[in-house]
Amino acid sequence: MTENVSIVIVSHSPDVAKGAADMVRQMVGEEVKVAWCGGNPDGGLGTNVESILRAIEQVWSPKGVAVLVDLGGAETNSEMAIEMLSGGRGANVQICDAPVVEGAVMAATEAASGASLEAVRATAEDF
Amino acid sequence: MAQETMLALIGRCSGTIAAHAQGLTALDQAIGDGDHGLNMARGFNALAAAAQEIAALPFGEALQKAGMTLVMTVGGASGPLYGSLLIGMGKAAREMPRTSAEAAAMLDAGVAAVKARGKSDAGAKTMLDVLVPVQAALAAGAGPAQIRETADAALAATRDMRATKGRAAFLGERSVGHLDPGARSSALLIHAVCDVLEGL
Repeated sequence: MTENVSIVIVSHSPDVAKGAADMVRQMVGEEVKVAWCGGNPDGGLGTNVESILRAIEQVWSPKGVAVLVDLGGAETNSEMAIEMLSGGRGANVQICDAPVVEGAVMAATEAASGASLEAVRATAEDF
Repeated sequence: MAQETMLALIGRCSGTIAAHAQGLTALDQAIGDGDHGLNMARGFNALAAAAQEIAALPFGEALQKAGMTLVMTVGGASGPLYGSLLIGMGKAAREMPRTSAEAAAMLDAGVAAVKARGKSDAGAKTMLDVLVPVQAALAAGAGPAQIRETADAALAATRDMRATKGRAAFLGERSVGHLDPGARSSALLIHAVCDVLEGL
């Protein structure tokens, strides 16, 4: 199987993140790897760097990873996590400036066609 | 000596955050997402728990380790922001500053890291509205008492500002009339640091 760009969904709410990932799986299938994370380290609403790092690692693809985020801290924490990825892999991870649910579905649809990370991001951001 | 100072700084900072967690959350409920106090308390508790390990490191590395602890445990945007402040300061200063000028240079590096991380600057109703004037006062040779006054005045000035960053930005004009929670936590931490350094 040729690798596709993977998708990571980061929301303050684990329920929102998981729900968005479920929608992606149902609409796009298994060709694109999707990981999600949400919640602060105590299990409340929020986002945290450690779980974002773990989610990126979980679906790592040499072709790249597109990250969809909801509000403020989700983006800041995702940027921090991307910088902390080992081996300079952060260059192959991009945050899409798009609504989290619609963006994730659009990004995954584009990724399933074998598109580049730049194309996946552009599709999500076009929505 | 440096080790004891680092332990005192961590103790005082985590103590003031714990004592004011509810107040910070109340400010954040007015114009943010209502988790600033809780998030900061979680991060500074983790910092207090790692205090011995951190204080055993050389000064610059200790600051970076403290910053990384906040990054990993706060669970909100303030984690990477305060984390970047400490990591930036730690990278700039191998040893504890001995003069105001050295301290100002160190803080300048930290403030630059916060600006880069938050893609922001002073005037957007954020922690930078306290940190930037405090850094300028330090660069001008201010002592602890003047630094505290500068921080308090800068914090008070955020009340009339309109937020252009974070969730408060969605509120536009409605963010006016409330103190910024990040500016408040910065002012609290600056007081804590001044209290410790004054007692040396």
